[in-house]
Amino acid sequence: MFDTDELVINMGPQHPSTHGVLRVILRLDGEKVVDCDVVIGYLHRGIEKLSENRNWTQIILLTDRMDYVAAATSNVGYCETVEKLLQLEVPRRARYVRTILMELQRIASHCLWVGTHAMDIGAMTVFLYAFRERELILDLFEEFCGARLTYNSMRVGGLPLDIPPGWDKKVLEFCDIMDSKIDEYETLLTHNRIWLERTKGIGVISGAEAIGLGLCGPALRGSGVARDVRKDEPYAAYDEMEFDIPVGTEGDTYDRYLVRMEEFRQSLRIVRQAAKGIPEGPIVGKVPRLIKPLAGETYHAIESPKGELGYFIVSDGKSTNPYRFRVRPPSFANLQGLRRLVRGHLVADVVALIGSIDIVLGEVDR
Amino acid sequence: MGEAIAFYTLSAFILGFAILVVTTKDTVHSVLFLVLDFLFVAALYVLLQAPFLAAIQVLVYAGGIVVLYLFVVMLVNLKRPPEAHQDPHRASKLGFGLAAAVLLELAAIGVNGYVNPPRALAPAAAIPVTGNTEQVGWLLYTSYLIPFEIASMLLLVAMIGAIVLAKREL
Amino acid sequence: MIDSFVIPLLKILIVLNTTLVAVTYMVLLERKVIAWAQSRLGPMRVGPYGILQPVADAVKLMIKEDITPVRADKWVFTAAPIISMVPALIVYAVIPFGPEVSLFGRKVSLYITDINVGLLYIVSVASVGVYGIILAGYASNSKYPLLASLRASAQLISYEVAVTLTLVSVILMAGTLSMVGIVRAQEAGHMWFAFVQPAAFVIFFIGGLAETNRAPFDLPEAEQELTGGFHTEYSGMRFALFFLAEYANMIVVSSVATTLFLGGWLRPFPNVAALSFLDLIPGWMWFLVKSFAFLYIFIWVRATLPRYRYDQLMRLGWKVLIPAAIANLVVTGIVRVLLLR
Repeated sequence: MFDTDELVINMGPQHPSTHGVLRVILRLDGEKVVDCDVVIGYLHRGIEKLSENRNWTQIILLTDRMDYVAAATSNVGYCETVEKLLQLEVPRRARYVRTILMELQRIASHCLWVGTHAMDIGAMTVFLYAFRERELILDLFEEFCGARLTYNSMRVGGLPLDIPPGWDKKVLEFCDIMDSKIDEYETLLTHNRIWLERTKGIGVISGAEAIGLGLCGPALRGSGVARDVRKDEPYAAYDEMEFDIPVGTEGDTYDRYLVRMEEFRQSLRIVRQAAKGIPEGPIVGKVPRLIKPLAGETYHAIESPKGELGYFIVSDGKSTNPYRFRVRPPSFANLQGLRRLVRGHLVADVVALIGSIDIVLGEVDR
Repeated sequence: MGEAIAFYTLSAFILGFAILVVTTKDTVHSVLFLVLDFLFVAALYVLLQAPFLAAIQVLVYAGGIVVLYLFVVMLVNLKRPPEAHQDPHRASKLGFGLAAAVLLELAAIGVNGYVNPPRALAPAAAIPVTGNTEQVGWLLYTSYLIPFEIASMLLLVAMIGAIVLAKREL
Repeated sequence: MIDSFVIPLLKILIVLNTTLVAVTYMVLLERKVIAWAQSRLGPMRVGPYGILQPVADAVKLMIKEDITPVRADKWVFTAAPIISMVPALIVYAVIPFGPEVSLFGRKVSLYITDINVGLLYIVSVASVGVYGIILAGYASNSKYPLLASLRASAQLISYEVAVTLTLVSVILMAGTLSMVGIVRAQEAGHMWFAFVQPAAFVIFFIGGLAETNRAPFDLPEAEQELTGGFHTEYSGMRFALFFLAEYANMIVVSSVATTLFLGGWLRPFPNVAALSFLDLIPGWMWFLVKSFAFLYIFIWVRATLPRYRYDQLMRLGWKVLIPAAIANLVVTGIVRVLLLR
């Protein structure tokens, strides 16, 4: 009877709920989102180009700054790719410590995710609780490498320094504290009627569609696809660890939430196993003083908290810098799914969905 | 004496705001003056020792009906540019003519009532006279039951009609 | 002369001033309680333990630049926050803080007045408060605040229906519309209405949360409202007045809930003689304790629960609360007529 035309609304790049400098242009029909256009690039710093002018060890600093929430994982991914190109053997002790650090990083990243996601939906207390636990992990990292956010804590072939004495005891203590805290978050959210209404049935995507869009990580596992690089192509010490991969069924926001909550517990399981059995030995392998790989290229992927993080490096065999350094960030691939996910939902759900796919703009824009 | 002063002051305000309602250029201001008008009428009810009616006047008229008027006016204003708020098709002469006719009719009724005094009303059923609320309640549910029920039905029909008109798919 | 002018005037001054101070300190109370729920301390710098924080906030807001949008309707723009605030304050005329006490040899009642349509007065005044929000959105002369204010006011009037229906069940139980009468009815019935009408109590509380735009029903004020909702264009003291009006409304809802459901000024178990030592605490103190318990629960709920989306909020109001309130009313009516005559 009365015709309502479509409204175009701009969200961001300065917006309290877009987790960084992300711009989303929404086309609305009344309250429903008809389409959205995602504009990125506000955090582009030219990391891939900068890498071409730095030697292989200096690039580790740059990898910190991509996924700044989970820097240790980015470090390890890069180092392992170079080790693959150099055909280097990493000592067992280094692999175990790397595993512990990566899993602690996964817990820290998920803490930040649950805090910000809950805060966007309105449960602001979970944010404070989650960051309290993240502080404990950051303290552990600070004790190890001296930094809280951008660690630079890996080297090609191993780690720059050995863990301080008593560090593994502290890690085990932390695991005991963290178990009860995860129960605290679940008490506040998992069976809360309002949380269920805000997340169930929101942003449903089937497994086949998710694979087609190139989603990875918890966003893919929430839709029922059991793909995890730690199991499919084990790296570091994961082939010696026992853990499960949580997989969702419906593919909605609630399932992605449940998948990540279960990943908390699985990560604690891995950390406990690794911390109890750190083997003795050297902390870094036999690395030449000047890293100069032969000409060649390689791709290596790891499972970062956000998904499959891949590095593709090309060496021309002549210089100490890479010829080409290319990152395959999980957040970039996942963000492509946003357009498909928001269709048909209301404006208030857009924020919930951005939180559900868990993006870090540093990674998306590099 | 105090009552007379109160009555004349209230009436002056009521009439003043009523004139402002029809003469203001901005439609939203018009509606707001109407609200004030209703609030002063509620005060008049209090003067007549009918506090229940006064509260209901504020609750239903000022707090409900005029809110809906305001919604409609604001949404219509949204579609028209601010310059078009003054209606160019305002037929002032016809309006004045009709108002004069109504006033004449009112005067005729008043004179008639004075000349031929009205018959005594049929005595109402025994009402426990305790307060205005109780009186209104008794009357509504005994002597005026049928009009009450019909009015409720009418409101229900209006509600359903509004939903049917506004909904796009049923 | 003294009884009809001076004493009511004094009562009005005391109540008004106490309310305004209470409203400003509500800001601090909320920040502190939410902070403690989130394992942090809240404001601690201004004054010992942050006690003087409201003074700092008030000064800051008063010295801010007063921005009025260029083509906004100046009168309506200024009037809107006032229209929001005034109904919250004038409700206090009928709220009974305590019974009649003798002060300085006179019998003074601890309420400003007791009209025999007290509850109806409260409801009608609250319904006028909606204008503040509607006019705020309109006067900002901008599309988004207007639409946001219409949504917020639609939320308010929807939940008003549910709340008013629960009040009708209370009136059925008490047999009177006067606030003092309702407290006396609870005294005579030996039980607070919260236990006699638990469903009405719960619906009133939820409706009260929605009426005051508090979490989990505060989507009109949250960041998901792409702009700042209906108060986007407001700054300085006018903005402060909106938020003080929200807190004043919270205190009003708590006071009304205390009077209607928690026995007003009555001590717990008012007819049990064994507990008469509790009478040492005066009635108005019991009233304050109960009101503050309610306010604390308001703040606690805000710290804990996520927020509803707008359509879920409206669905809850129309499809859950109103039928529940009507069902409660029908049951109460039947019980009253058949059993409690």
